[in-house]
This record gives sequence, C-alpha cells and structure tokens, in this order.
Amino acid sequence: MNIYLILQMAVEAMGEREAVKLNDYSITFSELNNMSKSVASLVKNKEKIGFLSENNLLMPAALFGAAIAGVEFVPLNYRLSKEQLNMQLKRISPAILFTDEDIMVEGIRTIGTNTLTFDDIIEIGYDSDDEAVAVELFTSGTTGEPKSAVLKHKNLMAYILGTVEFMSAEEEESVLLSVPPYHIAGIAAVLSSSYSGRKIVQLPNFSAQAWTELVIKEKITNAFLVPTMLKRIVEQYSEDLSLPSLKNVAYGGGKMPRSVIERAMKLLPNVNFTNAYGLTETSATICMLGPEDHRSAFNSSDILIKRRLSSVGRPIPSIELIIKDDEGKICLSEELGNVWVRGEQVSGEYKGIGSKLDSEGWFPTKDRGFLDNDGYLFIDGRADDIIVRGGENISPGEIEDVVRAHPMVEDVAAVAVKDTEWGEAVGLVIVAKCHINDREIIELIKRKLRSSRVPSIIKYMDELPYNETGKLLRRVIRDNFAN
Amino acid sequence: MAQIYKPGVKLSSRVCKTQIMVLRIPAVELEIFCGGSPMEVGDPVALKELQGENNGTLVGKRYTDESETMEFLCTRGGEGSISISGYKIGIKAAKKLPSSD
Repeated sequence: MNIYLILQMAVEAMGEREAVKLNDYSITFSELNNMSKSVASLVKNKEKIGFLSENNLLMPAALFGAAIAGVEFVPLNYRLSKEQLNMQLKRISPAILFTDEDIMVEGIRTIGTNTLTFDDIIEIGYDSDDEAVAVELFTSGTTGEPKSAVLKHKNLMAYILGTVEFMSAEEEESVLLSVPPYHIAGIAAVLSSSYSGRKIVQLPNFSAQAWTELVIKEKITNAFLVPTMLKRIVEQYSEDLSLPSLKNVAYGGGKMPRSVIERAMKLLPNVNFTNAYGLTETSATICMLGPEDHRSAFNSSDILIKRRLSSVGRPIPSIELIIKDDEGKICLSEELGNVWVRGEQVSGEYKGIGSKLDSEGWFPTKDRGFLDNDGYLFIDGRADDIIVRGGENISPGEIEDVVRAHPMVEDVAAVAVKDTEWGEAVGLVIVAKCHINDREIIELIKRKLRSSRVPSIIKYMDELPYNETGKLLRRVIRDNFAN
Repeated sequence: MAQIYKPGVKLSSRVCKTQIMVLRIPAVELEIFCGGSPMEVGDPVALKELQGENNGTLVGKRYTDESETMEFLCTRGGEGSISISGYKIGIKAAKKLPSSD
C-alpha cells in the first residue's frame, strides 16, 4: 500500500472537485495529480524531497510526488536557525529541496516554489512496497535534540483507513489548515482531506483575525487548531463571534487549558469540537474526545464527567492503549503511569536509532497519564519532565494545575532544578497578571498538595517560551534556571 | 485457482476496471471472483466477458462477508461484482468517526 493510492482514488471518483486552495488559486484533484507526477519526475537517484516553505499549493504535490517516486517526503521547520537547519539538511542529503531560501549544503538541490512548470507530465510507475518510508519528520524536540521519526506508507494508510470514510465529505465542505507542513497534523490533513474529498484551504500565517475572516470568506466548515490558536481566537473575540458555516473544529498538538475550551464552546455553541491526541510517531490521532463527549462534560454537574473536558478521550477503534507503571505493571484506573500504544499506524521508529517498539509491538509514548473508569485518557505530561526530588517522582502538571487556579496567575510552568540536598527540586516560573507574593504561592501549594511540591525557586517572566505550535519549551526554562 | 491471500494485496478484475485491496482475510484457501472470473493478483490483464448477474463495484466502498471475517477496499470501481464461493459478499456499512485533522 502506498499513500499515492489515496490520490488515485480521489482522481477517479471526484477528479474535478477542488482539492486545495490558497488565496485566489485553487487546484482540483486531477490537477494535484498532474503536479504530483511532475514533482516525481524531478527525482534522480532516489533523492529525498525536502520542503522548506510555508504551506502552498505545491506542498500536497510534493508529498504525493515523493510517494510516486518512492522517496521520503521531508518537510522542514522554516523557523529554525540557519545552523539548526543546515544540520538537518545534512542529515537528509541527497535531496531535492523546494524552497525560496538561499541554501548551500552539499547534496541539496534547491528548486524555487514558483519555478516549477507542469507542462510535461511523465507517466511513471510507482512502488507499492509496504515497508517503504513515506515521510520523515523531525520531532519538535521539546526535551532534547530533535529526532527524525520515520512514517512508513503502511502506517499512514492504516491511519487513514482506520479513521476516514472515502468521499464522506459533501462537495461544499472545506477545512481551514493553519498548521505548518512540518507538523504531523499538516501531513495528516492532506491525506484525510484527499480521501474524504474535503477541500483544504491553506492559511500560512495564522492570526485570530486572518483565521476568522477566512472562515467567513470561504464558508469554511472544518478546521484544525493547536491550543494556542484557539486561545487567541477566544481572547480576541471574547463577546461576539458569528461563524455560521463552521461545523467542526478539531484541536490537538498540545495541552488544551480547560478554560479555553469552555470559552470556545460558549462562544461557538453550534460547533462540534473534537480533541485529537496523537504523536508524530503514531501517524497523528490515536485518541479522540468527540463532540458528544464535549457537550455531556460541559453540561454535567458530576465532577467526574465534567473533568472530561480536560481528557483527550478514548482510543480510536484501531488502537490499543494501556497504562503501565515504571516496573511494567498495568495500572488500575485513576492510577498515573506511562502511556503505551499499539496499532498498525504506530511507527515508533527513528532514523539512525531504530524501532522503539517492544517485542509485542507496544510503543512507549513517553507521555504520562491515567484512564478513568470509562476508559477516558488524561495526559499529565512528558515522562522526561518528571521532577525527581529525593527519590520522589513529582509531576509538573499537578503543581501547575494548582498554581494556575490562582486568580492573579496568567501562566505557569514547573521544572526540575538542581538541588544539593535533594538532587532535584521544583523550580517555578510564573507569568503574573499583577504582583504576587511568593509566600502566597508557597502556602497555596502546601495547602493543596504537600510540602515536597513547594518550589525551591520562584521566578517571574513576562511570558513562557512556547514553540509556534503551542508546545511549552521546558528545556529552555530548565536552561534558564541552570544559568 | 484457490490460494491464501495476505492483507495489503491488490487484486484486479479480468472483466472490468475493478481493483480491490485486501484489508483483512482469514488464512484459508479462497477463490475471489469479479464478474464471474477469478481476480488476478497485481495489475489487470486482458479483459474477458462479464458473466452472471452484476451490480458493479464502487470506489472507496469496503466489501465484507456476513460475519466480517474478511474485508476488501475497492480502489477502482467497475461493472463486475465481487464474489467468493461459500461467502456472501456485500458493502460494509460506514462507521464515521469525527474528523480529527
């Protein structure tokens, strides 16, 4: 199975439907197919296809073109420093690179994103090797150096076949895509929209205003947002927002604050919200909190149902999920442990490192979490972020939740800091709305948690460091404390 | 000729444009027909005449037997119908998940 099959089927069944639109330009599935073939014909000697640009009409063609040519599609982060970028480019050489940047790296052949012509379509056969790699993605590296995750054709196809019905979208449906091409959600969106027949409308530079204007202008029905984006939208339009065409909003890619989703549901009561939890290594979504779950949690007075607004939902039918403690014993419900998943869409493999799956095919997500009695998953944080104070494991999430509830706290992060007595201790960074006394915070934590959770250092910052897709960069905060 | 098929295998009709992909299948010898002629593993060969009653296949639909022991994805539609001796093959009802991206 090759992901190009998705485009072939779309061309056969709905070739004249609009596939992708950017500003006033749009292409149909047939045109996208021709563009993809043109891209494939550029590949010599198994060069990979790199993509270093914001989203544009070429992006889906580069993804499918790589599949036709039987080489990896490697989207790169255009926000990286020159030095970081060159390091990643050396790792993917030899490659064609679609970019408008000035790049000089051995083995990297650059092609401008506007210079490609699509006059000469060459019919070439394509490989359908199941084990072949379709996409290579550098993980966001919030806890260390970015790793290069490989997603095989079989992983991505399993995800699409497991979650999307072919041509299930109505002709007038469209999805507003504002996540960058190097995010797994940006790749998954191209595949699932092509398979369902839903037009993608691209928004390369997100702002709350540009997003809402485009929803209105293009009569957008669906959208995917990372939490930071939804937060900006509800903050900018706190009172009144009318988006009559918008029916479904999926969100994921980071922890959604409960206050943000609650405000969004109040602001847009007719929209169906879906929380999609997944990792790069799992070919996107593995758990979903669907629209019905959102509404019943929102309206419930039962505290255990109500808190499900902070849950990432239940595993999709094609995924198995378990929680294990550090010794490998399966946790009871409500018991915090490590999240393990299994399923055909799970790759768990990194370039130069190999597979992280255990002998039975289970992948350690390195996320910590627990299941409630009905199997809803709550994610606590990354296992690497655990603070080990004198042998005791402290999860930053529990401290942050308590401090965030303080009325004068805008944002907060707890990280491990070196401590001569305990090995590690809690360092707390607070973004305050106005002056707060350290003692107040310490008393709050002592009262709600226990004294081992009390920070040894509290710092105040104007804002916390997040990456562009809304992930908190704890590494940067830890470095800040270390200096 | 009856044979054991594996998931991921592509089968082509000998009587029409139909192509299917095996998603799930029991490890037993089976003979898979389309339009009355055995289907070919891989890409299509020269076309023969359609036989028997045919309702055709639809691209994107999943085909399964009554007890759902096997499942095929139609990747290209045609005039022939899928049949397997000993099984009743029909379209599987779609279970739609909310869109997540």
